[in-house]
Amino acid sequence: MSEKILMKGNEALAEAAIRAGCRHFFGYPITPQSELAAYMAKRLPKMGGTYLQAESEVAAINMVYGASAAGVRVMTSSSSPGVSLKGEGISYMIGADLPGLIVNINRGGPGLGSIQPSQADYWMATRATGHGDGHVFVLAPSTVQEMADLARMAFDLGDRYRMPAMILADGLLGQMMEPVEMPDPINPADLPPKPWATTGTKGEREHNIVNSLSLVSQVLEDMVLERNERYQRIKEVEQIAQLEHTEDAELVVVAYGAASRIARSAVNAAREEGLKVGMIRPITLWPFPTKAIEDVCATAQAFLSVELSTGQMVDDVKLAVSGRRPVSFFGHSGGIVPTPAEVLVAIKKALAGEVFHILPFHSKLEAGD
Amino acid sequence: MAAEKSPVLFERTSALTDKVTNYCPGCLHGITQRLVAESLDRLGLADTAVGVSPVGCAVIAYEFYSCDMVQAAHGRAPAVATGLKRARPENTIFTYQGDGDLASIGMAETIHAATRGENITVIFINNAIYGMTGGQMAPTTLPGQITQTSPYGRDVKAAGNPIRVCELLSSLDGVALAQRVTVDTPSNVRKAAKAIRKGFEYQREGLGFSIIEVLSSCPTNWGMTPYKALEWLRENMIPYYPPGVYKDVKAGE
Ligand SMILES: Cc1ncc(C[n+]2csc(CCOP(=O)(O)OP(=O)(O)O)c2C)c(N)n1
Ligand code: SF4
Repeated sequence: MSEKILMKGNEALAEAAIRAGCRHFFGYPITPQSELAAYMAKRLPKMGGTYLQAESEVAAINMVYGASAAGVRVMTSSSSPGVSLKGEGISYMIGADLPGLIVNINRGGPGLGSIQPSQADYWMATRATGHGDGHVFVLAPSTVQEMADLARMAFDLGDRYRMPAMILADGLLGQMMEPVEMPDPINPADLPPKPWATTGTKGEREHNIVNSLSLVSQVLEDMVLERNERYQRIKEVEQIAQLEHTEDAELVVVAYGAASRIARSAVNAAREEGLKVGMIRPITLWPFPTKAIEDVCATAQAFLSVELSTGQMVDDVKLAVSGRRPVSFFGHSGGIVPTPAEVLVAIKKALAGEVFHILPFHSKLEAGD
Repeated sequence: MAAEKSPVLFERTSALTDKVTNYCPGCLHGITQRLVAESLDRLGLADTAVGVSPVGCAVIAYEFYSCDMVQAAHGRAPAVATGLKRARPENTIFTYQGDGDLASIGMAETIHAATRGENITVIFINNAIYGMTGGQMAPTTLPGQITQTSPYGRDVKAAGNPIRVCELLSSLDGVALAQRVTVDTPSNVRKAAKAIRKGFEYQREGLGFSIIEVLSSCPTNWGMTPYKALEWLRENMIPYYPPGVYKDVKAGE
């Protein structure tokens, strides 16, 4: 391991991807992921790799599809409107069992929305990155260190399970600078071989086919079911969450990414006041860490989901809680980041037994506070 | 007289599997597909070739070619080919696409792969119609041509004009070869074979993007016998889409 260096989240992610053996990047400009692409444009050509600015996100993800079919580690990065366009290619990658990293530096939506931090793509990432039955890994960093660590993990998981992996972050994490310890570099030549890849037969084997089409329904169903079995296995063994102060917590706050940093401040403030509050921070959003939530159901009296959206992950919290405890929600959307003080108010409400779904209107905030 | 073994004059190309194709009787897809395979074989490129099949009647071409194959989303074959080529530049990458795939939904991918001079070979089947979906208007459907979605004949005022792909791409610096051929007669088949080989040779030499447009027929959706379809192709398509070399970086050498 090397010493810590001060880096921007977007750049740390890019450097970690290179160190994970990724030499191919295809993207299309969009704020707020620009530093990531710029970093790749600077580094990759100098190391015999490819940085290619595609004509669109649609093209970029299909280039990822092609390069992944050729067996190399490959990635693209974008932000919400661009990720919508990648939906087609992601669906084809799922259907053809191709790995590959897709970074979404989530911004406000829908439509062109804003360029401010947001978590409103949670549903898109975990429910419907494209058409059809299928999933991608969704990893949610909350520090610059995790931007780097999860990039490595995304490539490893993707290759192991032959699935695309998405890092869902936001402009806050992308732009912020923190000290980071970079993982040791991997030489792409040392990565495990991919015998299924379309590398040319060299006259030594039958042809490989990378394909998502199956005109025989039974064959397609069998393929979908095989993939579904893989998903079930993944749900068993790949859930990751960080637990803070949950042992004696009466209220458990659930928050990921940038929202978890604010929620943590509020939880700590509550603790200072002697309130029994803890936090679960999902790191894998798919597979969602249901086990961590089920485990604390034994002791926690209530849950509070805090998000930069109108309430999306709260669905998964409710599914995991499965009616055993009340689940409340507090959030901001449109690129507004809540303050710890606001979250603390919500924490106290939930501790007092209230069950709510609060989205403060700006006008109301001004009137109230 | 002692029985002598007669010399082999014609062999099945090993670049094709022995799978029976799904093309309709009399469709020219089969001829072009075979020419592509023979070219790979003759140039010794089959072992390093990776083909990209489109969405269209050639969608399951991955079962017919014996080289490695990738199936692409509708229109995205040039982008997929770009990824394949950038990852492994030593491989021979080709796409095989219809006119809806290449010139409508995939036009952005086509033009940009061409202008980048992406070192790939594109085989473009222009049959003036959407074959696979049952005969709708294509970007290459001729003015006045009747299709399922231009039942009164293509009205260019309402539906716009057809696109001449080779002419359009010939203005781009990245294009090494843009040639239109047809496969309606044995001599034209020979010319087409030569053009396709040239496309692969240019790729081998690293000259950039090559496209061979093949005027083709769709007897099924044109509603004609195969023979009548060939006549219609000669009388209507060839005048509108004249065969020829539209760009050749080695012309005059
Ligand atoms: C995104 C998307 N849109 C539409 C379709 C439906 N579709 C399948 S084949 C096809 C047209 C193919 O026509 P063409 O490219 O001319 O090839 P041909 O079948 O004539 O060889 C269409 C529109 C699809 N599969 N995907
Ligand atoms: S539908 Fe038309 S293009 Fe497709 S295989 Fe049949 S004849 Fe050929």
